[in-house]
Amino acid sequence: MSLIEGQSGAWEAVIGLEVHAQVTSESKLFSGASTAFGGEPNAQVSLVDAAMPGMLPVINERCVEQAVRTGLGLGAQINLVSVFDRKNYFYPDLPQGYQISQYSQPIVGSGAVEIALEDGTTRTVRIARLHLEQDAGKSLHDRDPRRTWVDLNRAGVALMEIVSEPDMRSPEEAAAFMTRLRAILRYLGTCDGNMEEGSLRADVNVSVRRPGAALGTRCEIKNLNSIRFIREAAAHEARRQVAVIEDGGAVEQETRLFDTGSGTTRPMRSKEEEHDYRYFPDPDLLPLVLDEAFVDGIRATLPELPDAKKRRFVDALGLSEEDAEVLVADRDSAAYFEAVAEGRDAKLAANWVIRDLFGALNRSGLAIADAPVSASDLGALVDLIRAGTISGRIAREVFEAMFETGRDPGSIVAERGLEQVSDTGAIEAIVDAVLAGHPDRVAEYRGGKTRLLGFFVGQAMKASRGKANPKTVNELLRAKLDEGQGRDE
Amino acid sequence: MAGGALTGLTIAAARDALAGGEISARELALAHIAAIEDARPLNAFITETPERALADAAASDARRRRGEAGALEGIPLGIKDLFCTEGVMSTAASAILDGFVPPYESTVSRNLFEAGAVMLGKLNLDEFAMGSSNETSHFGPVENPWRRRGGNRPLVPGRPSARSGAAVAARLCLGATGTDTGGSIRQPAAFCGVVGAKPTYGRCSRWGIVAFASSLDQAGPVARSVRDTAIMLGAMAGFDPKDSTSVDIAVPDFEATIDDGVAGLRVGIPAEYALDETPGDIRALWEDGIAWLRDAGAEPVEVSLPHTAYALPAYHLIAPAEASSNLARYDGVRYGRRVEGADLIDTYARTRGAGFGAEVRRRILIGTYALSAGYYDAYYLKAQKVRTLVARDFDDAFEACDFLLMPTCPSDAFAIGEKSDDPIAMYLNDVLTVPASLAGLPAMSVPAGLSEGGLPLGLQIVSRAFDEETMFRAARSIEKAAGFEARPGPRA
Amino acid sequence: MAVDTDTVRRIAMLARLDVPDDELAALTGELAKILDWMGQLGEIDTDGVVPMTAVKPMPLRRRADAVTEGGMADEIVANAPEAAGPFYTVPKVIE
Ligand SMILES: [Mg+2]
Ligand SMILES: [Zn+2]
Repeated sequence: MSLIEGQSGAWEAVIGLEVHAQVTSESKLFSGASTAFGGEPNAQVSLVDAAMPGMLPVINERCVEQAVRTGLGLGAQINLVSVFDRKNYFYPDLPQGYQISQYSQPIVGSGAVEIALEDGTTRTVRIARLHLEQDAGKSLHDRDPRRTWVDLNRAGVALMEIVSEPDMRSPEEAAAFMTRLRAILRYLGTCDGNMEEGSLRADVNVSVRRPGAALGTRCEIKNLNSIRFIREAAAHEARRQVAVIEDGGAVEQETRLFDTGSGTTRPMRSKEEEHDYRYFPDPDLLPLVLDEAFVDGIRATLPELPDAKKRRFVDALGLSEEDAEVLVADRDSAAYFEAVAEGRDAKLAANWVIRDLFGALNRSGLAIADAPVSASDLGALVDLIRAGTISGRIAREVFEAMFETGRDPGSIVAERGLEQVSDTGAIEAIVDAVLAGHPDRVAEYRGGKTRLLGFFVGQAMKASRGKANPKTVNELLRAKLDEGQGRDE
Repeated sequence: MAGGALTGLTIAAARDALAGGEISARELALAHIAAIEDARPLNAFITETPERALADAAASDARRRRGEAGALEGIPLGIKDLFCTEGVMSTAASAILDGFVPPYESTVSRNLFEAGAVMLGKLNLDEFAMGSSNETSHFGPVENPWRRRGGNRPLVPGRPSARSGAAVAARLCLGATGTDTGGSIRQPAAFCGVVGAKPTYGRCSRWGIVAFASSLDQAGPVARSVRDTAIMLGAMAGFDPKDSTSVDIAVPDFEATIDDGVAGLRVGIPAEYALDETPGDIRALWEDGIAWLRDAGAEPVEVSLPHTAYALPAYHLIAPAEASSNLARYDGVRYGRRVEGADLIDTYARTRGAGFGAEVRRRILIGTYALSAGYYDAYYLKAQKVRTLVARDFDDAFEACDFLLMPTCPSDAFAIGEKSDDPIAMYLNDVLTVPASLAGLPAMSVPAGLSEGGLPLGLQIVSRAFDEETMFRAARSIEKAAGFEARPGPRA
Repeated sequence: MAVDTDTVRRIAMLARLDVPDDELAALTGELAKILDWMGQLGEIDTDGVVPMTAVKPMPLRRRADAVTEGGMADEIVANAPEAAGPFYTVPKVIE
């Protein structure tokens, strides 16, 4: 827990998130129009989405399954009866004049997400609920000085609104929560988690209080589409509220927008008149009734989720907590690692994935999905090391070549003649040459300065251009140096 | 056959004449097109589609020659302008939808056309089907072709399907589609001396019908005989996967059983439908109806529907609440008319203020109020609970009887403008039709006699959910016994 | 409960309905009368009564996840009172 130092003492931020996650599906929640990203304007719009007179909603089975799957993944209660309500308000990107959502009876009830913090501790963030609802269309305000343009391609796409309890106490915790939630959604395959395309976005509720005191007045910062923005917006908003209170003011409950340029929040300009959404059950739909068998069927196909995977990596594969956390943070990373580790030394595999692959990906700004080195090729590289075909050092060189060219390690090693030399005769010649070239050092060693062994090994490896088997080099050097010294130590 | 004879046919008779090759769909269409032109002062149509009618008729005659006749092959119909029709302006009689041409066809009208029906045009109605009198259309009121005995004051045809009722009564079409939310098929049918049937909620698809109150709206036929409504409903009804409230059960051959009679059935007479203000002629007609059914072998039993009195206020909360939300889409952005304002909110308010008529605005405001924070529980939720009780009353009654008989309306047709300044007085017209709407039950009105003023009166049959067959049998028994032959006289 | 002109004005704003000032008083009176009339529902005991959801109790049907519609931008904007190419347009919105 990190406190905010104000002029009058320490303050604590209290943060809750309302996350909108676009359900992974082919078609919309209540119509057969496509959900694909980036279509021509209004080309993915059905008569239902445009709210033509007399059009009626019919629910998409896949979206229901995805909501249940997500609920199960969040360890949440699945409500076998849920109800779709209309949330009534006027906006040009809301063609019906109401959003079909779930108000008093959502499909998923309370659950929880475990987050790992930087200091190695964990915290549980409670999930209040998850409900299904329609996304709105898109308003384009910058195309025309007098007009707002409206594209309804997104209108009616299924969203899961996932609401957390106000259980986070710092912007870092909010970011950690979003990171873990995103990972869970991606593991489940229920949301692609693509924040740049708007598939996942969050409203952040922030208030401040003296540590342990009653909750303060909260402000909601709308529609943040990156984890960094969530952290920055929460941090700025908490500091702003502290300043307001310390200046003798009071925080006003309001909706604010985050300016990504300045890193500050500001109140929304269009202060709508009071909100009164007039929720009522949508009479075009019936209550959504699920049976246990439907839920159990989905439960049976749940993948292993980050927490369970992390436990297994630590307990069964012997990885450290830190390495395990890094690997499970993203479904693709975990899957990549598991492919590399399959039938191999897991710790060695983890090292190569985390240190070398992730490092290279970071440097080149690539995602794991775009890694130029396939998991099977990286596994083959680990095999080459294990078999003694190449040394660890050579392996780094091979890896760099693999990353650059996308080629497999075997052909790179063969082409560049990088096979480790384990042939004793060949190594003996090198060792002899090294000893012969440094008689003074040999004398010093024999005089008791045995840590000079490293020097000889280095020289021998250098002379072999790294290809000599270091174990053999070691053994031979030790034998020859000790031999010359006699056996009477 | 002369034009007058052609327009005077029932659907069943026209079907037989077409099948026998005595007449063609084209002749039938031409006769109706001429009748519609002559009757323009009635203002029954918003959009006439004579060219479409002739094209439909030609296609129908061609199909018949190929031996492919459908259930309504060549039958000219009027389509209430609440049904969206592909390529033909569909307005819900509202200025806000003026000029709207849907790129789609409602399921019910598509079903009719696929059965061979010929479209004569789009029938006028109360704006968004709201009203009890057909006086709120942006395109002007529809007149009832009937006149009070000794009078010549124009009368309302009653309720949104009014035009449907008026157009069918005036021999402008052989049948018409209606929609019934709180009685909008049955009441105009009663006022105009024709037959109107509302099937069970979920029997006909709502897809493509401009929504008024989603949990109540149901399409149904208006025609000049019980058989004709049975034939039409058979074509209109059916499961539609595009409507989540459509019920996936087989559609029986309604026509096949209409003459099975009511012998051995128990007819429930609900005491609560005898209102203090029910006039003597209507009470007398109800007695006649009971007698007719008894003579036909049915056993009258007294039943109680104790929450009847509360159905009307519950309806007038639920329907406007749903309407306030259903009509939010009319915002001048994607279709219809826009009135530009100072900014977006002002544009919305002006568009909707100018686009909706007074009664629609009133209902939107009531509905918005009933759903707004702090009032939801007391109004909307309360009304939906009362609705459960109303529906339960019917369930209980159907333990003791097989169908119910009651008057359709508490009065005969009233004069245009007579009641429109007192909303509650106008709402009271629905008092006998609304309970079955709330319960979602099949209900129909069959003309059974004339009022003291010489205007048509209807008797209403209500049956169990998805038991339209019993409803039609009972209605047919009344029709046969009543021998209602009257039709509107020539207009002065 | 009393409905006053301020309430009607607020409700009209929520409903995005322009109500001319000179109609406000009459409309307020009408709404008050209608709502008063609806007050009779309060006479009924509805404790424990489940609000009605469907005439025939049935589960919500779910459709298969498949793209079956779209690719009709021209038709989608064909009836719009104002458009810019395939976009709908409205008076500028400031967020
Ligand atoms: Mg929010
Ligand atoms: Zn939401």
